[in-house]
Amino acid sequence: MRRTLLADRVATAVMWGIAGLTVLLLTAFILRIVWSAAGVLSLDFLVSDPKFLALGGIGPLIWNSFYMLLLTLLITGPLGIAAGIYMAEYAEENRWTNAIRFAQETISSVPSIVVGLFGLIAFVNLTHWGFTALGGALALSVFNLPLLARLTEQAFRAVPADERSGSLALGATKWQTIRNVVLPLAIPGIVTGLILTSGRIFGEAAALLFTAGLATPTHYHFENLNIFDPRSPWSPFRPATTLSVYIWKTNSEGLGPDVAAIGNGSAAVLLLTVLLFNVGARGLGGLLQRGMKIR
Amino acid sequence: MTTMKAEQPVVAVPMTIAVTAREESVVSARSEPRLRSEGLGVAYGPKVAVRDVSIDVADRSVAAIIGPSGSGKSTVLRCFNRMNDLIPTARVSGSVMLDGEELNDPQLNVVELRRRVGLVFQKPNPFPMTIYENVAYGPRRLGIKDHKRLDEIVEQSLRQAAIWDEVKDAWKTQPGTALSGGQQQRMCIARVLATKPEVILMDEPCSALDPISTLQIEELMRGLAKEFTIVIVTHNMQQAARVSDETIFMSVDEQRAGYVVEIGRTAGIFTNPGNKLTEDYITGRFG
Repeated sequence: MRRTLLADRVATAVMWGIAGLTVLLLTAFILRIVWSAAGVLSLDFLVSDPKFLALGGIGPLIWNSFYMLLLTLLITGPLGIAAGIYMAEYAEENRWTNAIRFAQETISSVPSIVVGLFGLIAFVNLTHWGFTALGGALALSVFNLPLLARLTEQAFRAVPADERSGSLALGATKWQTIRNVVLPLAIPGIVTGLILTSGRIFGEAAALLFTAGLATPTHYHFENLNIFDPRSPWSPFRPATTLSVYIWKTNSEGLGPDVAAIGNGSAAVLLLTVLLFNVGARGLGGLLQRGMKIR
Repeated sequence: MTTMKAEQPVVAVPMTIAVTAREESVVSARSEPRLRSEGLGVAYGPKVAVRDVSIDVADRSVAAIIGPSGSGKSTVLRCFNRMNDLIPTARVSGSVMLDGEELNDPQLNVVELRRRVGLVFQKPNPFPMTIYENVAYGPRRLGIKDHKRLDEIVEQSLRQAAIWDEVKDAWKTQPGTALSGGQQQRMCIARVLATKPEVILMDEPCSALDPISTLQIEELMRGLAKEFTIVIVTHNMQQAARVSDETIFMSVDEQRAGYVVEIGRTAGIFTNPGNKLTEDYITGRFG
């Protein structure tokens, strides 16, 4: 009896220790990044253009990161969620669908540099587009689409069978059941999936090096709303270096005297944005769910 | 005298006919079963779950299916609104009829059948919505949008399910999941009532509830039996004895398939079982 009690205490202490260490490491990491960036971060840094051989801003790069995120989500969101719903609710259980699941999991864990090289062939050379935001978004979709589909499927499968049969037993059709009962219950899982994929999209560099390009943007003319004009920042048919790619670039081949400062500042911005984004997405998920629950 | 003798039959005969005809129609209306299964069998893949189930359930009565675990009580119950369709490996054979209409017909509109034959689950399964939306769920799926009409249906169903007084202050704002277990189950019954069913199936509706909630549901069932035909599956023999008019006792054979051992008036089965197995079960010697 004594021994088991002691073992229980030790186990609890070990778990606490490990959890504490993780939190400590993470906090130290975040503080270090923010600390290094303390002298650089300013509103001016966030919105102004990069400069050659002087401390410039990262405005266009932040823009590109969000643009890329939105563009990729526009492609992967509807397709991935629909595919996930199909796999969870409609597809039969057989060797074929199991093979699809296996493929989804494999593709979503392929090293992103490989996806980048694939994107170079498929979305840059074969299409003759050159480096474009759309090519980058498509490359990002290669591993985010199966990931989102898989996560959506899991979110749907996690909904208790009783809720589903409860709706069907009331004479609701399958689609009514999915739309009104299963989907609202699966929303938190889908939002988690979107956050996970968004985090990967936002932070991804390797897949974008050879697809969206490395060119440092000079100045964006946001008043140019023509999305088919490659000079417009709204156009998907233009090179679009993102913040993460820029960090990699300044740190590996930057020449200016303030390369380190720019790198540190960008890293902090990236980190904080992802953090904010996650918090915001969770709030949005809660709102969405409440909106669907009580009509 | 002779004239009277000649006259009397002339008057009496049609009267007799009329009376007999009326009595017969009354008798036939009472004995014509609302629900009937004949030679019903269900298999899950190669495994036979139940075989040769032939039962009749009279209109506006409560029939209880009792029996040990694995005897296929719920499987039989779910044949009455085709819920076994949801299990891909399930194969149903034989005949199930509602008012003489074959339910195993593959052409049958299952969605409509399930509105006519409602099902209350073992565990209360409120949807993630308000109490109001839970109960309005069925009518809304039917396309009823008018708020006044929905309000009426929901209120009436909640009253019928004897839960109105407890929820009337917050029925439009409180989520169904915030109710207690017994209240949730009564709300789920109201949800079924809102689709205006003819038959209500209950699959061990009290097994997850405390004794007080159980009594409330039983009382409710007796009341509902005046309007609806009810089939209840229960593990609890006292419950079967308290609420049902007819009892169907099922057991498991050597091949682990469920079958009907005995059917009879509940009072009869519990006081004077016709089968040794039934007697052993209700006296608690097995099961």
